[in-house]
Amino acid sequence: MSQSPHQIDVREFHPRAQAAINNPQIRRNFRKAMDGLISKRKLAFEEWDLESLRTLGANVRLKALSRLPELLVQLEQQLVANGIQVHWANDGDEACHIVQAICARRQAKRVIKGKSMVSEEMELNHYLEQHGIEALESDLGEYIVQLAEETPSHIIMPAIHKNTDEISELMHDKTGTERSHDVEYLTASARQQLREKFMKADVGVSGVNFAVAETGTLCLVENEGNGRLTTTVPSCHIAVTGIEKVVANLEDVAPLLALLTRSATGQHITTYFNMISSPRRPDELDGPEEVHLVLVDNGRATVYQDDELLDTLRCIRCGACMNHCPVYARVGGHAYGTTYPGPIGKILMPHLLGLEETRHLPTASSLCGACGEVCPVRIPIPDLLVRLRQESVDGDHLHPARVRGHGSKRSKLEAMAWRGWRWMHTSGNRYRLGTRLATRLRALQPRQLGAWTRYRSAPRLARRSLHELVREHQNQQGGPQS
Amino acid sequence: MSAREQILQRLRQRQGQPLQAPPCDFSVMEHRDWSPEEKLERFERTLESVHGEVHRVNRAQWMDRLADVLSTRGARNLLASTSHWIGQALRDAQREDLPPLLTYDRPIEGWKPELFNSVDASITSTRGGIAETGSLILWPTTDEPRLMSLVPPVHIAVLDARELYPTFLDAMRAQHWAAGMPTNALLISGPSKTADIEQTLAYGVHGPKELIVLVIEDEPDSSP
Amino acid sequence: MAGPTRIYPSKPAKVYLFGTCLVDLLYPEAGLAGIQLLEREGIEVLFPQAQTCCGQPAYTSGYHDEARAVAAAQLDLFPEDWPIVVPSGSCGGMMRTHYPALFKDTPLQARANDVAERVWELTDFLLNVCRIQLYDLGEPATVAMHTSCSARREMGVAAVGPALLGQLKNVTVKEQARAEECCGFGGTFAVRHPEISGAMVNEKVAALVDTGARQFVTTDCGCLMNIAGHAEKSLQPLSGQHILSFLWERTGGKGGTSA
Repeated sequence: MSQSPHQIDVREFHPRAQAAINNPQIRRNFRKAMDGLISKRKLAFEEWDLESLRTLGANVRLKALSRLPELLVQLEQQLVANGIQVHWANDGDEACHIVQAICARRQAKRVIKGKSMVSEEMELNHYLEQHGIEALESDLGEYIVQLAEETPSHIIMPAIHKNTDEISELMHDKTGTERSHDVEYLTASARQQLREKFMKADVGVSGVNFAVAETGTLCLVENEGNGRLTTTVPSCHIAVTGIEKVVANLEDVAPLLALLTRSATGQHITTYFNMISSPRRPDELDGPEEVHLVLVDNGRATVYQDDELLDTLRCIRCGACMNHCPVYARVGGHAYGTTYPGPIGKILMPHLLGLEETRHLPTASSLCGACGEVCPVRIPIPDLLVRLRQESVDGDHLHPARVRGHGSKRSKLEAMAWRGWRWMHTSGNRYRLGTRLATRLRALQPRQLGAWTRYRSAPRLARRSLHELVREHQNQQGGPQS
Repeated sequence: MSAREQILQRLRQRQGQPLQAPPCDFSVMEHRDWSPEEKLERFERTLESVHGEVHRVNRAQWMDRLADVLSTRGARNLLASTSHWIGQALRDAQREDLPPLLTYDRPIEGWKPELFNSVDASITSTRGGIAETGSLILWPTTDEPRLMSLVPPVHIAVLDARELYPTFLDAMRAQHWAAGMPTNALLISGPSKTADIEQTLAYGVHGPKELIVLVIEDEPDSSP
Repeated sequence: MAGPTRIYPSKPAKVYLFGTCLVDLLYPEAGLAGIQLLEREGIEVLFPQAQTCCGQPAYTSGYHDEARAVAAAQLDLFPEDWPIVVPSGSCGGMMRTHYPALFKDTPLQARANDVAERVWELTDFLLNVCRIQLYDLGEPATVAMHTSCSARREMGVAAVGPALLGQLKNVTVKEQARAEECCGFGGTFAVRHPEISGAMVNEKVAALVDTGARQFVTTDCGCLMNIAGHAEKSLQPLSGQHILSFLWERTGGKGGTSA
């Protein structure tokens, strides 16, 4: 039923981006959404010393990463003491297998899911379906995306690429819901259908926003209540999360929560903040009998080795970087062809998939810095993009490349061109001679400059360079020469 | 070697500079020195901004207000606790202007369809509120299980104004959460909502469509 | 949003000017205007003739060895302890925020840090170090301002351009919608991803035209050639100028202000 992201060739970024740009509906849907999210975020931080809060957020995450292996062990100990079973998975397939094995042991055929980007990364739905287990998304956005047999186009708002008409049409086709422009009606219809599914589900699968080592607590942030239903109604709850989601202390959750919801959607807080520390106790009347946590590595431990790339593990998945990204706003989430789109995807996916496959992502940025400016945990996204560009071409002998597939974009011709550029610009004399020549021959300047002049007229070389103008100016003034 | 050992080994054998935990200065989140009235006013404003409904009541008349709230909504029943003072008071009162009281007295497996389809409203206690975010703190218990605040379309919560904390951080510190967490702890800040269809807000997508908070403000000299 | 906060020194007797390769070849009049504005403030401007490029094109393309070599050639050009002013947020940002990382753990580290420490975006220097007072001698005019992303985010000088324009009594400054959004230049981005860049500059031009202004000014030549180039190609009624050229022209050249 669901499309496996494996069927998407990440390298085909250009045609997908081009198609999105030429689709006015997609452009309008994203633009409208992004404009709203940007202004809401701004309002939400109005009363705050945002820069200090971002520093605290970054430091809390750094504190956790600095002791990552110890904290994971502590988390496991606490969870186990609380009665929650802990599993470890090297990669997505191992994680899928763990989930499937739990389902098989419980003879579970129906899985209801809360929103989880790690499960998207694992392609869990696809895996479960192949093993005869129905996996139904219950977050409304994820539900819509699943009905459409698509993947999420945004990590917080999965169906952001669709407008009401498109969703109404889809729900009509797939569920028989009457066509309507009334969002409340469409929402109520989905509620009705999903409530049945909740009642019958054997297992609930959710993600985790923060896992607290100190107390053995899994924290989930959500607005709809589907996360609470997923983690409460079925007799078994399986949470899947990346190993980087651990925080040391319960208090650390406070600044991260304050940053997460405001950065993501401009909310002071989401409707529900759900903190789970154990399965149903003997005297309790609801909640799952079994709770499992699957800790997924999937490339994270590799990123952890590198002093710079490590910063990507601070990410709390708020999506603010994509909300503020002018490239994302133009091409939308699907163009990237990756689980995580937008700026954070551009720096995460190369580690997960290798630079060969993600070759076009690090360059698909004007390095405008909007993502880094809004990141609640101060991930220097633009710097990391530059780092990955360097890795793509093996461009720095002082800092050997590390990411899988490094050097795959290096071309002899391009490297030669840059060596030529270097030769010209490392000598003031050569440069002056070159620019003198260029300005004198400006009449011969071509009017067409490849991709540049597709959308712009060619810039015109000046008659004389600033070097020359300055000399003239200083001669006139009888001023200094340097 | 197990996946656990492989992952931990990769992390422990990290190359690169040794990592140091930076100091974490929480002061940006502290010292919201709001007076009780400021806290309540902020709680009200924030919760109402997300479609929550707040009623200030005193201990003598909260049940009257509850009856109003329920009758305007035509609630045919009300799910309430048995041992908490709220449930007890309701049951003792035997008021005719209140709908029949339901009891969550058996495991969910025994009455799932009924809870999902036939309960119109529920009332629960809270462990306090958070002024900054307009949030209720709930630690569900045997008496007030987790789904009580989630499945019925109307959730009514009773909050003692004296238990309003400025921030989440203040609340977890004052109540010593880190010393022991319950099975499930919740912050609830408004009715269930979604904006997944074209950023248009719709309420009650999975949980309650309405959240109504009765804030009990006591006279200065009265005690609980 | 505030960029890195700096403590502004008192006005020095001399400054170095790093002209940048784009100004040098495409908009030299902007560089000259910058020099003249500084000189009118009583500052002697030293222009090392051996300067070429800050190295940014190679740096952002991933060719850090090449960027480092070219940047290293610039480090020797500013031997005395004068400020280094740059008529560009982008090249200024490269020198100020990226040189330290580029030369980290190399023999040139100390010199790179010293240069970075002395770099100023030129309009920021005029406003906040020279405390320039501009006397507008021009005809009434309406302009829109576009601050480059690097001027805004790397150099933290987004407030400077509007403040300088605000001193011109006959100039009405129009605020464009989504002023903080990138124009789509991004160096090699514009040619590696022409469709995305084209879509961005298209909307940027539309936003500027929508202000009603028929001209815009900007802190950076990259944005200038991108925005003005697209306006020209798509026959939009919008022309652009570097803010330094505009300020110098409006204040009538030499006699325009009392220093």
